[in-house]
Amino acid sequence: MTDLVVEDLRIRFGETVAVDGLSFELPAGGALGIVGESGSGKSATALALLGLHTAATVEGRITFGADDLTALTERRWRQVRGAEIAMVFQEPLTALSPFHTIGDQIAEVYRLHTGSTRRAARDRAVEVLRQVHIPDPARRAASYPHQFSGGMRQRALIAMALSCRPQLIVADEPTTALDVTVQAQILDLLDEVRETTGTSLLLISHDLGVVAGSTDRVVVMRRGLAVEQGATDAVLVAPQAAYTRELLAAVPRAKPPRTIDGGPLLRLAGVRKHFRQRRRAEPVRAVDDVTLDVRAGETLGIVGESGTGKTTLARLMTGLLSPSAGTITLDGVDITRRRGGSVQMVFQDPMSSLNPRRTIGESIADPLRLSGVRDPRPTVEDLLLRVGLTRALYDRFPHQLSGGMRQRVGIARALAPRPRLIVCDEPVSSLDVTTQAQVLSLLEDLRAEFGLTMVFVSHDLAVLRQIADRVAVLYEGRIVELGDTAEVYDQPQHAYTKELLAAVPVPDPAEARRLRALRRAQVTA
Amino acid sequence: MIGYLVRRLGGAVLVLFGLSLLLYGLFYLAPSDPAILTCGKGCTPERLAEVRHAMGVDESIWAQYQHFLTGLVAGRDYSSGTLTRHCPAPCLGYSFETDQPVTKLLLDRLPVSASLAFGAEVLSLVAGIGAGLLAGLRRYRWLDRIVNGLVLAGYAVPVFLVGLLLLLLFCVQLQWLPFPTYVPLTTDPLAWAQNLLLPWVALAVIQTAAYARLTRAGIQETLAEDHIRTARAYGLPESRIVWRRALRGALLPLVTLTAIDLAAIMTSAVLTETMFGLPGVGQLLVGAVNQIDLPVVVGVTLLTGLLIVAANAIADLLYAAVDPRVELR
Repeated sequence: MTDLVVEDLRIRFGETVAVDGLSFELPAGGALGIVGESGSGKSATALALLGLHTAATVEGRITFGADDLTALTERRWRQVRGAEIAMVFQEPLTALSPFHTIGDQIAEVYRLHTGSTRRAARDRAVEVLRQVHIPDPARRAASYPHQFSGGMRQRALIAMALSCRPQLIVADEPTTALDVTVQAQILDLLDEVRETTGTSLLLISHDLGVVAGSTDRVVVMRRGLAVEQGATDAVLVAPQAAYTRELLAAVPRAKPPRTIDGGPLLRLAGVRKHFRQRRRAEPVRAVDDVTLDVRAGETLGIVGESGTGKTTLARLMTGLLSPSAGTITLDGVDITRRRGGSVQMVFQDPMSSLNPRRTIGESIADPLRLSGVRDPRPTVEDLLLRVGLTRALYDRFPHQLSGGMRQRVGIARALAPRPRLIVCDEPVSSLDVTTQAQVLSLLEDLRAEFGLTMVFVSHDLAVLRQIADRVAVLYEGRIVELGDTAEVYDQPQHAYTKELLAAVPVPDPAEARRLRALRRAQVTA
Repeated sequence: MIGYLVRRLGGAVLVLFGLSLLLYGLFYLAPSDPAILTCGKGCTPERLAEVRHAMGVDESIWAQYQHFLTGLVAGRDYSSGTLTRHCPAPCLGYSFETDQPVTKLLLDRLPVSASLAFGAEVLSLVAGIGAGLLAGLRRYRWLDRIVNGLVLAGYAVPVFLVGLLLLLLFCVQLQWLPFPTYVPLTTDPLAWAQNLLLPWVALAVIQTAAYARLTRAGIQETLAEDHIRTARAYGLPESRIVWRRALRGALLPLVTLTAIDLAAIMTSAVLTETMFGLPGVGQLLVGAVNQIDLPVVVGVTLLTGLLIVAANAIADLLYAAVDPRVELR
């Protein structure tokens, strides 16, 4: 078996230093996690391990068995890639060729490295697809990537990685694009694969919870440097570096419960939203009979995975969509008839929800101008200050801001018309953990300051546990469970809620292992 | 799939129906009376009325359109006193200027235009994709620059200039090729190609530029995609990545463009046809416009419509054949 030793790795893009003297070791059969926020250099490190950098200078030593990976010929690289070191990428949809079947793509890699016959390669593809638990692998090998779900595509990529029996699998954010339950399945699969094949695993993630249960050693990176490394149990339980402590502190935690005495502000009664599909008799029931009160002053969390109808529900609540059946009223008035911005929305992607050609200030001023304010600038500047930005940002453009700053702008824009209710649709899911924590506490402060009522839609149970007073669990367009946050988390009633909770990645290694055992027990049962 | 084809066909019929209605409206509103032209000098009002009746333009627009549709399906007769002109189905009208049914005029000229269009299209596809790939793969920076320069030049140079220069060089100076005249493919394939070579080149210039640019952009974009990175990360050699993984995605946009170009050239290569003296549909159209021979104008326009609609449908079918993500429903 082969050890990986990285010594004093430096990666530069022109003048920019992405990785600055990184050293770590991954013994054969081990599992190492690299954790860091965006810009920490973790992905640049992964690409260097496969010699995939085209625009960067890579210095230092990467020893893998007898090879120094920083000094391989292109010919030797082609032998190493896929056969000895295999990579699993983040975006399973785009990481596979849309024009070839899954089986063909895996077989091509296998044939290339082993020189086997077509028939043997096809058999191997089916074999590895079975190994990653693709149902009916012989038939599904003939499917194209777009015919697979996100989780299945990631399984297919892992199957491709396994095909040539590599000694090391590098997984770069392998679960970031996936739902929480699917994420847990993929992490469990990687763990299982490591156990059964003896391959080493380098798992890269921004999420401490992802590496906690799946690695035995961890490197915490920040701005190209390893700020701390050691046994996962030690680093995550008793971190030494201040930055690691900061990261751990940023992980959302339960908050003490509040008593909400406000009456119902927003009422949904028997709300349905069905989308008719072209030439299909059956419509998509995105939201199917939801009855729900949002009480004045509370923060209601709505949790669900992709396709459960949570974004549709959020849009219905803001009046952006009108229901196919049922009523939505705000203070007794039908939501679609209301004017004056009493319900506002904060969107998931602050980049695409801001007009790139208009200044920040202009974007925030829009709702004010609509309500007849002649000179909105002072109000907008005040709002910028309230959301923790500076006045000077008024004249900047969205691309000049960081992701966290842009989301603050999105929040300021939602606050501008003095709404009573804010509906946030995944407002922190594209942000780094520390930024996420800051935005969450900002929302909390603003809610108190402005006396707002909030609906917070998220796939992330940990985030909701921190911010929500009550939680509604959405599944296939219906609310399957609704209750006070502590109650739902401590005594989940519905099977889906239980499944969701067991899948949440937790940064405590012992707890992560317990949950994995629990999931395995569920699978075998 | 069958359902798709049926719907597509239905749509095509509707489009052509609408187009013909629109054309008839314009035809009817046209200020000039085609009968006056046909009647000629010293035309008496009685004679004019006769001619109008013979041409069928003395009726209401609806009656005219009805006759037109009947003619399409069953053919029709144009009679004035003693003389009867028969226009067999599918009758697109009768050209009194040339004393021939429009359908026959079109069918006579279509082989010329089709020869021109196919040849030019094949030439520009080969040259355009080749140049685009050379530039897009950027093995040599200077090659990319040269191709880019040529693309720009190809867009900028007018067809008639290219045509004249080609004639001057190959027919007058070097005398390598005969002055183009149309020889049907069935008569003598070699002479057919020899005579059409210069028109093909002249016509292909602009298209080559367009295809080269599209191919270059397509291959560069595709090579930057995630699945190409995956292929590299699994040790696939670069040549295999380009030919097996990237090319298909890069050339997808060309499918639609080629089909529509092909249809368009059939009826609109006026300059090339005129310069090289090829009796194609484009020339027919220009002649008809000059002579105010409206039935021919209507006929050519409908033919263009038919070709474009057909080309679009074929492009969609091809697209679905090449890209597994496209489902025809």
